[in-house]
Amino acid sequence: MDHTEDHSKESRTSFLFTIVRLSVLFIVLCGIAYPLACTVLAQLLFPENANGSLIKDSSGQIIGSEQIGQSFSELKHFHGRVSSIGYDGAGSGSENFAPSNPDLLKRMQESIAEWKKNNPDVPISRVPIALLTNSGSGLDPHITPESAKVQIPRISKVTGLSADRLEQLVDDHVEGRGLGIFGEPRVNVLKLNIALDELLKK
Amino acid sequence: MGIVQMAAVILLLILTVKPLGTYIYHIFSNQDNRTNKLFGPVEKAIYGLAGLKNRTEMTWKTYALSLILTNVVLVMVSYIILRMQNVLPFNPNGTDNMEPSLSFNTVISFMTNTNLQHYSGESGLSYFSQMAVIIMMMFTSAATGIVVAIAFIRGLTSKGNTLGNFFVDFVKAHTRLLIPMSFIVALALVALQVPQTLHPTIQATTLEGESQQIAMGPVASLVSIKHLGTNGGGFFGANSSHPFENPNPLTNVIEMLSMWCIPAALTYTFGRFAKNQKQGWIIFSAMLILFVASLSLIYSSEMRGNPAINALGIDASQGSMEGKEVRFGVAQSALFTTVTTAATTGSVNNMHDTLTPLGGLVPLAQMMLNCVFGGNGVGLVNMLMYAILAVFLSGLMVGRTPEFLGRKIEVREMKLVAIAILAHPLIILVPTAIAFMTDLGKGAISNPGFHGISQVLYEYTSSAANNGSGFEGLRDNTSFWNITTGLVMLFGRYISIIALLGVAGSFVRKQWVPETIGTFRTDNKMFAGILVGTVLMIGALTFLPALVLGPIAEHLTL
Repeated sequence: MDHTEDHSKESRTSFLFTIVRLSVLFIVLCGIAYPLACTVLAQLLFPENANGSLIKDSSGQIIGSEQIGQSFSELKHFHGRVSSIGYDGAGSGSENFAPSNPDLLKRMQESIAEWKKNNPDVPISRVPIALLTNSGSGLDPHITPESAKVQIPRISKVTGLSADRLEQLVDDHVEGRGLGIFGEPRVNVLKLNIALDELLKK
Repeated sequence: MGIVQMAAVILLLILTVKPLGTYIYHIFSNQDNRTNKLFGPVEKAIYGLAGLKNRTEMTWKTYALSLILTNVVLVMVSYIILRMQNVLPFNPNGTDNMEPSLSFNTVISFMTNTNLQHYSGESGLSYFSQMAVIIMMMFTSAATGIVVAIAFIRGLTSKGNTLGNFFVDFVKAHTRLLIPMSFIVALALVALQVPQTLHPTIQATTLEGESQQIAMGPVASLVSIKHLGTNGGGFFGANSSHPFENPNPLTNVIEMLSMWCIPAALTYTFGRFAKNQKQGWIIFSAMLILFVASLSLIYSSEMRGNPAINALGIDASQGSMEGKEVRFGVAQSALFTTVTTAATTGSVNNMHDTLTPLGGLVPLAQMMLNCVFGGNGVGLVNMLMYAILAVFLSGLMVGRTPEFLGRKIEVREMKLVAIAILAHPLIILVPTAIAFMTDLGKGAISNPGFHGISQVLYEYTSSAANNGSGFEGLRDNTSFWNITTGLVMLFGRYISIIALLGVAGSFVRKQWVPETIGTFRTDNKMFAGILVGTVLMIGALTFLPALVLGPIAEHLTL
């Protein structure tokens, strides 16, 4: 006979009390002990990563995180993807335009018009779709290598650096697929622009 | 390259099925094995602290009652925490208390393993709430699902009166499976640059001199259990598309395998319990067939892209990139979407609202079927329910009493299976219709035209399937949406759990029927075909009209 089915009042209260104690125990174990143990170990083993892979300048001022994209609007810099939240890392997300939403087409057309204005030398047919679309997070730190290369004529004109030199710079910053097969090749825009600024200072 | 990387991940999954399935079998077979030495003392301490003296076997009713009461207590405590997080510790960003209807929605969402989020983690929750409510429920709800599967399997494969002891199963699912695995995955994620810190939001001055705030926190410990527990609720609003939750393709692969491995391995565990390993693999292959079909549709549709945008003259050879991250591209995004809705996790690494119409149909359809791997535990149980139905239908066609695993399927079981199967479309389609009839419902739609129908349909399908992803454009943080989806999540979870534990309870008492030459075999390729056919037929009959009004109409008019 199953003891828990003994429907005396006493055993029912003790049954409930057991459940309450078990629940509190799991709140402590899974909700507090586990994340804190993870935090302690992560901070000991990988302090850089655990604190958000921050990038600092020579004076120790935080420029940003290498994982989080930034908004670049100066013509001398490589630009990132469209972000409806303006790369505000306090939030995340996008406007979730459906493929049939007319606002999506309008936004794309505006991006294309802006591209034509800033990059008269590069026809729109060469511009990769990834550069003119909104990422899912609104914080995408990467662009495709081709998206960087189509910006070279503009940057070369503004900064005076040769196209070959810039091409080299982009190639140096291409991150390959994970283990050679997973994901897509990409360029981290913030790291690329930091390197570009270094070049310009020389 | 896209197809190669998707195939590689599927291959990795297949490699994990046998070892993990065997391990799970040993956890719950309650026979002596080596892991007892390691975990036994911890479990004894937990039993002692909780006052669990009588760890006797339970009937299905006691098992179900213990499960529900445990869930109820956790829900109540969590609700209190969310309502007063402002005065609790670990709140460096000064987050305010959560509003009542949103708190109601959130605690139900996490207890039912759904993880539908009508709040944004960056601004809506303190670090304490993220840990003590969100992470805690990610463990306990996943463990709840797993023990349901184990109890169901025991009912199908053993003889007697009982399904096991809920509390023992529940504790062991944590100590031997979820906690150790989450710990390892969390550290692997930190090694691959996912943050894990208690520091508040960082202030940065960008390269162009603007100020930027960067939210972070104990991300890795949440992301690991979010996937292993097929939960899906993100630390950040953008979920696994956020570069902190999923910084590179390797973390993407780890996250996909994490959410996929336990539901897949449970088919092997089932085979072990049934002492018929082939039966387990047949169930697995039926799931994989449906999975690959879905993946093919979404991948080809996303690669073709959005014709309206492709017509603008840009280089669209990459496929549809709206709402996707560059590091994942179409292949890793399409695969993630298929895995997360198959395993009903609901984390997203791209925005499902922005998928092409046929691409968006795939997550929707998988949640409607709700048995292509499925969430931890419940997926296997749902597929076995379809298996019982398939046997029943086949039995009717040849005019003999249907049997499954050596037991007769009779009226009582079929009634319960019918309740579970019919509840799912009912709690999706009825609330969808109600939402369209009221301004409170319609007002939330953010995309015009047929896509608006898909948005509402997706929200309720995701709630009913306990998935939790969304067509996130929907402005769903209102009392109407918080309460209706909250109720749908509750029904979606507990109606089928109770009905199917009832099926297990009646199976376990049945006499074995000796196998004869006339026995309908359920462990061969033909049965895999019949099973896939049954799933598709039931799914198509119930949901096709709704799908035609939403994604299919949008596709045809684009």
